[in-house]
Amino acid sequence: MVSQIRPAIVMLLVMTAITGFAYPLGMTGIVQLVFPDQANGSLIEKDGKVIGSRLIGQAFTDPKYFHGRPSATLAPDPRDANKTVEAPYNAANSGGSNLGPTSKVLIERVTAEVGKLKAENPATPVPVDLVTTSASGLDPDITPASAAFQVPRVAKARGLPEDRVRQLVESNTEGRTFALLGEPRVNVLQLNLALDGLPVR
Amino acid sequence: MTINGWLQIALFCAIVTALVRPLGGYMTCLFAGERTFLAPVLEPVERGIYALCGVDARQEQHWTGYAAGMLLFSLASVMLLYALQRLQADLPFNPQGFDPVSPDLAFNTAISFATNTNWQSYVPESTMSYLVQMAGLTVQNFVSAAVGIALAIVLVRGFVRRSVSTIGNFWVDLTRCTLYLLLPICAVATLFMVWQGMPQNLNAYVDAATLEGAKQTIAQGPVASQLAIKMLGTNGGGFFNANSAHPYENPTALTNLVQIVLIFMIGAGLTNVFGRMAGDERQGWAILAAMAVLFLAGVVIAYWAESAGNPAFAALGVDGGSGALQAGGNMEGKEVRFGIANSALFAVITTDASCGPVNAMHDSFTPLGGAVPLTNILLGEVIVGGVGAGLYGMLLFAILAVFIAGLMVGRTPEYLGKKIEAKEVKMAMLAVLILPLSILGFTAIATVVPAGLAGPANAGPHGFSEIFYAYTSATGNNGSAFAGLTANTMFYNPTLGLAMLIGRFLMIVPMLAIAGALAAKKAAPAAAGTFPTHGGLFIGLLVGVVLIVGGLTYFPALALGPLVEHFAMNAGTLY
Repeated sequence: MVSQIRPAIVMLLVMTAITGFAYPLGMTGIVQLVFPDQANGSLIEKDGKVIGSRLIGQAFTDPKYFHGRPSATLAPDPRDANKTVEAPYNAANSGGSNLGPTSKVLIERVTAEVGKLKAENPATPVPVDLVTTSASGLDPDITPASAAFQVPRVAKARGLPEDRVRQLVESNTEGRTFALLGEPRVNVLQLNLALDGLPVR
Repeated sequence: MTINGWLQIALFCAIVTALVRPLGGYMTCLFAGERTFLAPVLEPVERGIYALCGVDARQEQHWTGYAAGMLLFSLASVMLLYALQRLQADLPFNPQGFDPVSPDLAFNTAISFATNTNWQSYVPESTMSYLVQMAGLTVQNFVSAAVGIALAIVLVRGFVRRSVSTIGNFWVDLTRCTLYLLLPICAVATLFMVWQGMPQNLNAYVDAATLEGAKQTIAQGPVASQLAIKMLGTNGGGFFNANSAHPYENPTALTNLVQIVLIFMIGAGLTNVFGRMAGDERQGWAILAAMAVLFLAGVVIAYWAESAGNPAFAALGVDGGSGALQAGGNMEGKEVRFGIANSALFAVITTDASCGPVNAMHDSFTPLGGAVPLTNILLGEVIVGGVGAGLYGMLLFAILAVFIAGLMVGRTPEYLGKKIEAKEVKMAMLAVLILPLSILGFTAIATVVPAGLAGPANAGPHGFSEIFYAYTSATGNNGSAFAGLTANTMFYNPTLGLAMLIGRFLMIVPMLAIAGALAAKKAAPAAAGTFPTHGGLFIGLLVGVVLIVGGLTYFPALALGPLVEHFAMNAGTLY
């Protein structure tokens, strides 16, 4: 037992040097050269300022923008550090609602969301992803069904024909990888950037 | 459920199956001490490590010496990881200026990562400095995985060696596994992940001015290098709180596929190592087949339950059907890019292996969908399982299976020519029984003391499931969670820490004793009366033993949680 104390300690230090420093720092060096954009968070800049990341969803409430999914992320309460307050799309504190399927809180929340959305577009059934929170609270995507649901509102708020907005949604819809993997999706931030880029009439 | 969903699941199965033989062959060479194609680069490093540590690579150890080395190394690991967390405020690579981690949380986390559990009572992006993530957590991800693999190899050596008193050298197995197996695969996986969009930097968090003019602080860090080993080593501790659901930690459908393959590849390959070392690859395929039966059953149930969705949503007029424009189903706590099929598949894989990352929140699964990951861990994570831990766990069940078969026909049971006698069966029972003692014992305590009852976020049967899942995950060294439970408390941090220690070491020591006892035995040649352990009958018996031991032990607890909730949900009861 005693003879193994030295290997136990030295081995741990050597492994820390190799797998805890050489490996992560070496990989950081390589990818900063080869894939600098991705390695630094796929950030989007406009006029020299960072306006977000392609991969991270943002909170949208303005009717002229497409809205992402509800987000359950929290932030520390500025008045009491031991409590938290709702802070949708807080990219420094990811997480889901963790509400189970029989939770009263969950069903009340969904009921309220459905009510709001039905008032906005009574003709179409509400797609499920538009009233449920994502696992990360940072989901950058909505389903094509949820994008289609919001087209009338956005078109009206912008004074654009619905077909024009629908076209834009289609060109911003990403299909399955190799026509097989994942699910079709629309990146909300990129769609909204494309909307803002449309010529104003 | 859709055809596309099943095709994605089939593709995953095909890739893992195709990797079994190549990886099995490579690992067999590796642990036999042969030179591999990476030797020209890595052999000098390997020799340097032995010289520094004062280890004679040719000197093999008795099982007690092997166990002592493993325990001392784990103790040193816990102490270093605890110290790093407590001192992080005064150490470099802390751009966000995080405070020292509290003592109870640091204790819990140190044990969690040293035991390959990776249970996380904390939010990483607001708690841990980059130094702790790299030099603490990433290191433990490597070495705790290597320890698990080494232990499985030792048990196999016990079966195939004859009349010897040694079972290998712990330091050599640990070093070779880390250098030749884990590091190279992780380096390639890191490059792939970053190419697909995963960050790998040491920058401070980025402040973005959003389109609507708000400020959004976006967490950064060396994500990819930690993610690669978190998957490959079946560790599971997320760089971010949302783990592999976070768009930075699993940006695309392709990264998702590679991540689940990384979880299963070594565990599945080890069954082939077992077969090759035993001189009959069919023995390995039989073990893998038993695992596959249990795996597929889990996938079918979870995928069906999550596709069916929550009837309470349908009652509100929400469209949860699957079609060309949406995946539908129970989307609470799931990401759009993964939909239902990939979320259900990931949940089954992460709990079949003792891995524990999530790409969807298990807490928000439907009752039966959530019961599948829970049951997978309860069965002992022997369905492919944690790297190494899955194989040695399944071999313990195999010992019980041949013992039961022997009782039925009145013959001394044998496995791979070794007589299974009282000592081996006692030790196997000890290893198998310690799990329910910890899981059910701690759950029972937590459901009666006020400090335990303060934990669950959900009321009713779901709250019970949250507590039950926590101790199951800790004891099973899984690390996934019904994450609504507030576990960062003076009650849960120490008790979960204890459960992790019990689940890891009180299972390993009897297992090593079996390995030592088996290695010392002579081998008996197979005779006409020998029960063949590579056929359908054995596979069926093995699956039966796993299900009966797991099912009967835990059925009452499962009935109180997920089953009650399932009927409540269909009756429209809310809590």
